[in-house]
This record gives sequence, structure tokens and C-alpha cells, in this order.
Amino acid sequence: MLSRLKQMLIKEFIQVFRDKRTRYILFGPPLFQMLIFGYAANFEIRHVPTVIVDFDHSQESRELISRFSSSPYFDVQRQLTNREQIVDLLDRGDTVVALEINAGFSENLRKGQTAPLQVIVDGTNSNTALIASGYVSQIAQGFAQDYQQDRLQRISPMLVERIPRVELEPRPWYNTDLKSRWFFVPGVICSLTLVLVTTLTAFAVVREREIGTLEQIMVTPIRPLEFILGKTLPFFLIGLLDVALIAVVGTLWFGVPLRGSLAVLFAGTVVFLLCQLGVGLFISTVSSTQQQAMITAFFFIMPAITFSGFGFPISTMPGWLQKITYLNPLRYFLVVVRGVYLKGVGLDILWPQVAGMAVLALLVLSLSVIRFRKALD
Amino acid sequence: MSFTRLTAIARKEIIQIRRDVRSLIIVVIMPIVLVLLFGYGVNLDLKHLPIYVYDREGSQDSQDLLKRFQASQYFHIVRAVNSYPEVVHAIDDGQAKMGLVIPHDFSHKLRTGTTVKVQALIDASDDNTANVLTGYTQAVLQNYSNEVQLEWLERRGQTDQPAPLSVDARTWYNEDLESSWFIIPGVLALVMSVIGAFLTSLTIAREWERGTMEQLVSTPVTPFEIMLGKLAPYFVIGLFDAGLCAVMAIFWFHVPFRGTVAALFISSALFLIALLCLGFFISVVAKNQLAASQIALIATFLPAFLLSGFLFAIEQMPMVIQIVTRIIPARYYVSALKMIFLKGTPASMLYAEMIPLAIFAVLMALLATRVFHKRLA
Repeated sequence: MLSRLKQMLIKEFIQVFRDKRTRYILFGPPLFQMLIFGYAANFEIRHVPTVIVDFDHSQESRELISRFSSSPYFDVQRQLTNREQIVDLLDRGDTVVALEINAGFSENLRKGQTAPLQVIVDGTNSNTALIASGYVSQIAQGFAQDYQQDRLQRISPMLVERIPRVELEPRPWYNTDLKSRWFFVPGVICSLTLVLVTTLTAFAVVREREIGTLEQIMVTPIRPLEFILGKTLPFFLIGLLDVALIAVVGTLWFGVPLRGSLAVLFAGTVVFLLCQLGVGLFISTVSSTQQQAMITAFFFIMPAITFSGFGFPISTMPGWLQKITYLNPLRYFLVVVRGVYLKGVGLDILWPQVAGMAVLALLVLSLSVIRFRKALD
Repeated sequence: MSFTRLTAIARKEIIQIRRDVRSLIIVVIMPIVLVLLFGYGVNLDLKHLPIYVYDREGSQDSQDLLKRFQASQYFHIVRAVNSYPEVVHAIDDGQAKMGLVIPHDFSHKLRTGTTVKVQALIDASDDNTANVLTGYTQAVLQNYSNEVQLEWLERRGQTDQPAPLSVDARTWYNEDLESSWFIIPGVLALVMSVIGAFLTSLTIAREWERGTMEQLVSTPVTPFEIMLGKLAPYFVIGLFDAGLCAVMAIFWFHVPFRGTVAALFISSALFLIALLCLGFFISVVAKNQLAASQIALIATFLPAFLLSGFLFAIEQMPMVIQIVTRIIPARYYVSALKMIFLKGTPASMLYAEMIPLAIFAVLMALLATRVFHKRLA
């Protein structure tokens, strides 16, 4: 059995590495995607294009504007002179935030009345709009508070010194500077592994079938189980190699910290790869051409990535959908990889995730092996 | 160029598509699946975020503050715990996104008129959630702080202290900041990428792989006729799918359609022509399905997903990547789609999007015909 398996493995490795194109496909695209994803996938909001119309031209209005232009969140591009320009700029998408300070702004402030600040936010990108609005009110609040304090100071300095105040002391853990990249790079490692191993396994088997070499192999003394092992083992190893490669590049290039133990990462990856081999094998049993395999794989990969928590929190999905995500191996793998990378936690905390993947792996693998053997008979 | 020969090629292609049930299903199902996927799965409207609270004082005041968190739809208090390690553990294993710690001298400090800090331990591994969460928490605390201050001042005879500044914020185009409004229009670009480049390059690469392309070439049909005849059916399919997506977006997910059908049609047609020619070009160069599908994925689908502004705001990317996005057709199409759907921009105002799209369409068409000629010679 072992010698037959060995022969099969040698054949597979020769086949994979002989073709220059395949060689490139195994390592080129994952690296390329790692870099592009790492740079593009970003929910950070900084330098939001902002325009300001100031009809007041007072010291107070200039003070408020300078708070916006010195903030890293806003990029005050222009000071406009009339209102119509705002509409035009927003319509064309040249600005995201528009501030309007009406005439009489400083007068209101000085009289102790409430001075309105008009803000228009382009809501097309809802996430940017939400976070930018938050920053606008933070700056406005800060301005108001300081102004209020100055006013009280003039009335009674004693009062200012002894006024109660509740402040937030945020302690962002694991990712102190709130870098989007730290969140996405481990996620990209997971997603790329999923894409690679699934498509490669599915393709490898289907290609033999399409070309007709599958029949040739079947007439050799090799047993179905040996064939399956011989077909999948190379991709298991290549998958591991790919994970290692993109993990090293992602970690070093993007400077993402790896705080946990490599052993835990390795254990999680092995279980996840088993799952994906099962899925790839399953896809190969339902497709007879490479095109079909590619498309079936696509239909698996898209939902798997979307409903995994890769970029969009599972907790915001509808309840029924959240339950379905428990069938998604990527969901668990993401928690493991992010846990090891950012939180530095070990198996004591991550074991439920690994267990979940193991159950799925067992199910998918046995299902596809049974189907595969049937398909061979 | 002969019209009969052209229609003959197109008819052959249509028959081929019709006979392959699976590709027919893909043509109809894929757009529906993608719209549903992104409509339900991608949601950045963060609500009911799970938090733990640790009230070290347990006074009337601290409970009063916690009630405000309870009342907010943005927070979901999972548990109130009595020790620090419990909070830490909950954040480590992902049970809570935030742990709110109220100090033991909370009400004492409020009464004596000093600043009291409420600690928020935030799981920042997902920076976006952490950011939004911090904003919401800040808002609740700020409100509370203002009320406490007002009461304090009133008790000391300083009544009638209106807030110096009021922010009158309006959100345009996407008034309720629905993330589905922001995301779903862009799905059209994804669908077109799959149909236009991915599926097309696969089908044509198959002809090369099987040698039927040589057979076609040996007939009196000119290369240009082959290209046009092969792409025409996919052009119709692509437009049909774009329509299907638009109808689903409008009627199922209630995304507003404020622009004109003409603008949608013209921009979609231009984008589709560019993609089809690119897909054709890829298939000619790759001549093998695995390579063609991989290249198509990297050249069209990934950029449409990552670099088009579909999900990730372009202005937040590093400068180099921003420049790269300028040579990606999907960028202009996604921008046009968002403007047509949400802003109601008419075709005549979309020159900044339409002109680049038209240039891409012409360039890609030239490229495809040239390469095809060369390969045949």
C-alpha cells in the first residue's frame, strides 16, 4: 500500500511542478492577492474630504475651522464662498463632508445662545458617513465644552475648577492603534488558503477525468482510498506551504504581530485544510468538467467568505443566517488565526473553534470519500 | 465583414450555451445569489454589540449610567460581572466586544465635582467595530456628563446655560445610512465581471483546449467575425443580468433608483464591452482553462471587489494603490452605479465616469483583435 501511495505522490508532484504555469499559479496569485488585499482592505477613516463655507468670518468660526483642519480625520480641501457649490461638489462626489457656518455664529455664542453648525454628509458610503459624523460631533463637542468653560471661567472661576465630568477612557486591546491592516491580514491568510486548497483539489481530480487519464489510473492496481490519498495529500502539503508563505509575507511585510504560539496556528491550519480537502473532493464528485468545477467552487467560496466574519461581523447578520454560519469552516478558522495573531490566546480558549472544524472535517471528508468511491465504481 | 457569417457564429454560441444546462443556470442564478449574498451578509450597521459591565461601585449613580447603555439599541449588556478577570476572559474568547468598568469612587467623585473616568476595555482586533463602539460609548457618556453638569450648575444658581453649539447634521443620498444601499448597486459590477470576463474566458479557453477553435478558424469566417459573434450573446446575457440585479436591488432590498435607465444602460454597456474584450484577450493568451480562470479572476473579479470602491473607500487607500485604481474599469463603473442609484445623476453629468469607460472599451477591443490576429497567423 505504501509503495503504491508513494508512486502516486511522486506522479502528482511531478505533474504539479512540471508545468511552469501551474507552478506560477500555486505561488504567484496568492502572494499578489495578499499584497493587494493587505493594502486595499481597509475600513479606517482618515482624511475625509471636507469643504467649509464660512459666512461669519469671526475669530470663533476660524477657531472651529482650525480644529477641523488640524484633525487627522478631516482633510479640509477648500473654503467655499457660496452654498450652491456645496451641492455641486457633493453631487459629483468630490467631497464627503460639508460644513456651513452661518452669519451670526459668533454673535450667538457671545450672547450665550445656541449657535447652529450645519453639517451635510454624503451617505453613499454609509460606513464612512457614520464614522465621519461621529468625528464631526466629537470636534463640535470639544469646541462647545471649551467655550462653555471659558464662559464659566469669566463668571466664576471656582465653579470651573470643581465641576463634575464623566470621561471615557478607552483601552483598545490587541490592536492599540486600531489598524485595519491588523484585522484584515490574518483574515486574508485564511481566505486565500480556502480559495487555493478548494480549487486546486477540485481541479486536480476533475482534470484527470476530463482528459480521460482517470480511467487509466483506475486500471492500475491502485485502490480508491489510495487514489484519494495520493490526489489530496500533495495539495494538503502545498496548502500548508502556501499558508506558511503568505503568513510569513503578510506578517513581515505588513508588520502584523504574531503573539500566540505557532503550534496552535499549525494545529488549526491542519484541521482547516482537512475540511477544505473534503470540500474540494466533494466538488470534484459533482463536476465533470473543469469549467463546472470552477463555477461550483465559486459558488462555495463566495458565500463562505462573505458569511465568515472576514470583513463583516456575523453579529449584524439576520438570525437565521447567523445559525447557518456554524456550517462554515472559515468562520472557525478566522477566530483561531486572529486569536493567535492578535490576542495571543492558546488552545484553552480556542479549542471550541478547533473542535467545530474537526467535526465539520470529519463530516465533509467521509461524505465526499463515500461519494467519490461510488463515482469510481 | 459578413452579417450572415456573424449571425451564424452567434447562433452556434447560443446553442452551445443553451445545451449546457449548468452554464444557463449560472447565468440566471449567479446574479440572484450574489445580490442576496451581499444584501444579507454584508452589513456594517452595528447594533446590539455584546458588552460586559463591571460596576465596582453599585451605587444609584452608576446604575443610572448603566441603564443608559441598556436602553441604547447599540449595546447589548450580556452580563454584569463582579471581577476584572471575568471581563478579560470574555474579551479574550470573543463573548464581549467591550467591557465597561465603572470605578469604585464614581458617585463620590461626581458629588465632589471632579473628573471621573469610566474605563472601556475594547476588543480592537476588528478596528472598525472598535471605532464605532468607541463612538457610541463616547456619545452616551457625553450625554450623561452634560446632564450631570447642568444639574450641578443649577444647584449653584447658574441656571439657563444653553449648549453653546448645536450640530445640525443631515445625511444626503442615503439618509438612514443603510449599508445595503451602499453595497448592492456595486454588486452589478461583480456580476458583470463574472459573466463578462470569467465565464467568457473559460468558454473560449475551452475551445482552444479542445482544438475546436482551429476548426472555426479554418472556415471562411474572419477573425473579427469570430470574436464579435462569440461575444455578442454574452453581451446580451450580461445586460440581462445587470437588469436582473437592478430589479432585485430596487424591489427586494428597496434600494432607491433615482437616476435614469439610459444612464444605467450606457454605463453598463461600456463596462461590459471592456470586460468581454478583456475576457477574450485572456482566453487567447492563456489557452487553458485553469490559467484563464485564474487570470480572469485576478484581472477582473478581484479588482472589482477590492479596488473599485465597492466596499473599501478608495480615498483611504495608500497613494500608490489609489493610482492603480485609475486603470481599473470597475472603479468608474461602481462610481457611476452609486451616483445613478443614490444621487440620481443623469448620463450627461457622468462624464468623469463615462469617458474613461469608453476609453477602456475601445482599448480592450483593439487589444483583443490584435492579439487574436497574431495568434492565428
